[in-house]
Amino acid sequence: MLLRHTTSEVKEREGLTINPAKTCQPIGAMYAALGIHGCLPHSHGSQGCCAYHRSTLTRHYKEPVMAATSSFTEGASVFGGQANLLAAIDTIFSVYDPDIIAVHSTCLSETIGDDLQQITKKALDDGKIPEGKHIIYAATPSFVGSHVTGYANMVAGMAQQFAVSTGEKKDQVNLVAGWMEPSDMRELKRISKEMGAKVVLFPDTSDVLDAPQTGKHEFYPKGGVTVPELRSTGDSKCSLALGCISAEPAAVALDKKCGVPFETLDMPIGISATDRFVMALSKAAGVKVPDEITAERGRLLDVMTDMEQYFHGRKVALFGDPDQLIPLTEFLLDLGMQPKHIVSGTPGARFAKRMKEILQRAPGANFKNGLNADMFLLHQWIKNEPVDLLIGNTYGKYIARDEDIPFVRYGFPILDRIGHSYFPSVGYTGGLRLAEKILGVLMDRQDMKAKEEKFELVM
Amino acid sequence: MEANNTIRDPQAIREELVQKYPAKVAKKRTKSIVVNDPETVPEVQANVRTVPGIITQRGCSYAGCKGVVLGPTRDIVNITHGPIGCGFYSWLTRRNQTRPATEADANYMPYCFSTDMQEENVVFGGEKKLKVAIQEAYDLFHPKAIAIFSTCPVGLIGDDVHAAAREMKEKLGDCNVFGFSCEGYRGVSQSAGHHIANNGVFKHMVGRNNEKKEGKFRLNLLGEYNIGGDAFEIERIFDKCGITLVSSFSGNSTVGQLENAHMADLNVIMCHRSINYMGEMMEAKYGIPWMKVNFVGAESTAKSLRRIAQYFGDEGLKKRVEEVIGEEMPKVTAVIEEIRPRTEGKTAMLFVGGSRAHHYQDLFDELGMTTVAAGYEFAHRDDYEGREVLPSIKVDADSKNIEELKVEADPELYRPRKSEAELEALKAEGLEISGYEGMLKQMSKKSLVVDDISHYESERLIEIYKPDIFCAGIKEKYVVQKMGVPLKQLHSYDYGGPYTGFEGAVNFYRDIDRMVGNPVWKLIKAPWQKEDAGELEASYAEG
Repeated sequence: MLLRHTTSEVKEREGLTINPAKTCQPIGAMYAALGIHGCLPHSHGSQGCCAYHRSTLTRHYKEPVMAATSSFTEGASVFGGQANLLAAIDTIFSVYDPDIIAVHSTCLSETIGDDLQQITKKALDDGKIPEGKHIIYAATPSFVGSHVTGYANMVAGMAQQFAVSTGEKKDQVNLVAGWMEPSDMRELKRISKEMGAKVVLFPDTSDVLDAPQTGKHEFYPKGGVTVPELRSTGDSKCSLALGCISAEPAAVALDKKCGVPFETLDMPIGISATDRFVMALSKAAGVKVPDEITAERGRLLDVMTDMEQYFHGRKVALFGDPDQLIPLTEFLLDLGMQPKHIVSGTPGARFAKRMKEILQRAPGANFKNGLNADMFLLHQWIKNEPVDLLIGNTYGKYIARDEDIPFVRYGFPILDRIGHSYFPSVGYTGGLRLAEKILGVLMDRQDMKAKEEKFELVM
Repeated sequence: MEANNTIRDPQAIREELVQKYPAKVAKKRTKSIVVNDPETVPEVQANVRTVPGIITQRGCSYAGCKGVVLGPTRDIVNITHGPIGCGFYSWLTRRNQTRPATEADANYMPYCFSTDMQEENVVFGGEKKLKVAIQEAYDLFHPKAIAIFSTCPVGLIGDDVHAAAREMKEKLGDCNVFGFSCEGYRGVSQSAGHHIANNGVFKHMVGRNNEKKEGKFRLNLLGEYNIGGDAFEIERIFDKCGITLVSSFSGNSTVGQLENAHMADLNVIMCHRSINYMGEMMEAKYGIPWMKVNFVGAESTAKSLRRIAQYFGDEGLKKRVEEVIGEEMPKVTAVIEEIRPRTEGKTAMLFVGGSRAHHYQDLFDELGMTTVAAGYEFAHRDDYEGREVLPSIKVDADSKNIEELKVEADPELYRPRKSEAELEALKAEGLEISGYEGMLKQMSKKSLVVDDISHYESERLIEIYKPDIFCAGIKEKYVVQKMGVPLKQLHSYDYGGPYTGFEGAVNFYRDIDRMVGNPVWKLIKAPWQKEDAGELEASYAEG
């Protein structure tokens, strides 16, 4: 057994987290910043954080992930890192020439009390930001929340620091992307185009973290939301925030700064959440839902009806990030499955409340988020009440192998397969893909385990 | 042999590499980029602070301590004291394989343990939570040892992890608890963490078990972390030769082995950078000599085995070693003969941690490939220039707070394994003891050596030299491949391996052959992007 020390007896823990179902803020901020065109993320801390965050994102995407760091030494840790950041800004603009540097902090700079707003202002005042270039920042203390919080903070920073209200409303809707894959962002743009809705999607990592092989390394790939687009978000009719944890803070910031009203939606994963998204976008943009979108919905529904016997009643354990878990759990219920054990390391009462609403349809489900809601606990729950399917990031493969459970990789990080960055999980098409993946592992399982006389040709 | 880089004057390339930097940065980086001459080895500026914003590949002290040195020992519960990230990112991401003898043996390596520090722990201190975490780990797992690793905020808020460890060790009774002050900001790279780990392992583990293991030729393998099964292959060869491995620091190791290490009669060092401290300290305290070996490359493996046999001075062992080499080499030679016509004359660049940029040059030599440029992330001058420069290395302000242990001979356990005269005799025979010659003496004249290479410098080097293969890590991998050049990861081995010993050499030759000859690189341009695509269209029009 790989996790041979995990036993079924569940004891309350107060100090020790084992096999976390989250990681820390700055990696989320780095990911979000990569969704701006011509942007270099910058980690204000000691360089280990930056190396770890780049490595993890790279392992997930199999793509270059660029970011710079202030490279704190012990001296800077005692006297503050302002000099390091100012020196970094000089070097970055001379060598790497980004349009924007997006600075985030770490537990080191946050504990010292470095004030990013003050340091970036000093950089501006000292003339260190060349003409036409920008610097934005987000405080991302690792000892608060999780990687999802870091993403939310950086996206809110983009809105807050770029958006301008000119007084002239534009016929466009802001789509604030919660933490989702480049493939999902691409799919949201496709759906919007199909519907004839004018949107500004931000951040947007499509064409950044799924860049083609051309024989040339584009340090700043062609994707990413542009500065003019970000500026214009202040003049949009309204914002749709896709994800109450990772996207809503940016929509709130836009409302406060520029008076752009917003609506918060679940991430459009699965049929019900996508229905709500399509309705909301149709209303916000003042467009009708075209037949093609209705047909896409129909195709997903068709598969759900055709294959219902394989989904029905199957118990599922899942773990991951809040904005995905909410609609994913709802989708599993729509498929007739039974979400049984659910864990998210990301804290937050808002998420817990929303999950409880959804789980009213799932009697007997175990759910926990926040401190000590880790994969060790999830594994113990599974040992006590076994499941038919496990859904989560790559770290789930240890549990799947030990407990012999069919496993669908979903979420962040996925280190051992590709697909997440190329094929969407959002929208009706994404729903189809999720359904196919779930069916695939369940049916492979049936094929491998069936007695010879019960082995089926047609399923 | 001169490097096959006559395309450009390496001095000019050196100047070009720093042109774009601000003046102060350029001045500093120039000292870390040198044109090699193996006869009069140039001085390389190394182990100095990283230039902020330059895009370094370096990590931190925590990574060097927890991730590298302590991570591979399977039956220690390693608790990261800090916010969740550090523990998460170092969770199973280095491929330190381990093989417990039975299903009942402890193996905590697939687990990540953390105190998951929250804001209130930063404000009010985290010691209390740490002690609770240690107790919970003990109650759940009853491990032989629990180690605590400090992350950035721990040092700043003044948590005393060593006091907490002492208190809990006392309280638990049958569990060795100790801490490491390996906060990420200490030193300038992973290197500080190695030193801190060496000190802690030496103080808290080595010397606790005086049981003498069976075997005539008993040694420790230092600085081998069993990436992709490297140590398994070395163990296989040792077994075959009749050499007893007392302990391994720390690939495929256990707490018991490390505690017993002082009972061996020789320390052989693979990764000089990460573990030379341990070799020195064990020699001073217990009288065990150390010597540098290299099991990367078939010839180097044979050479290292012969050196071990020479040290023990036993004719039977010498004979057995020759027999083993005789059995193993034909398989290796056959593969080289098959592959070499395809690799001969090709060029490589290696920019890896603190050891492999040197070791792997032997494998490329065996394939007839030339290393045109190489460098380390975090090695010191002795790894570049050889240990003889140690007295002239000044510890700068950024590294002066890394503790240097004062080690004296143990009144009971000190036992010189070889007398002064015996050691002198071995040295006179040409056996290098307590020495390491460094990377530069092996590299060809006019090859380029770059310490702590930046992203910008590596892209420029690739554009200038167009190497056939570039060796580095995950952060570089897809950048370089987007430039149309295959990148071999020499940290993770791209999930393959082992690359040590005889079998490892064969694996490596085959991987390199596959990569430099892969058909995919010829497909990068779409047919309609090729120069003759336009004519094709025209001919249709005419037709």
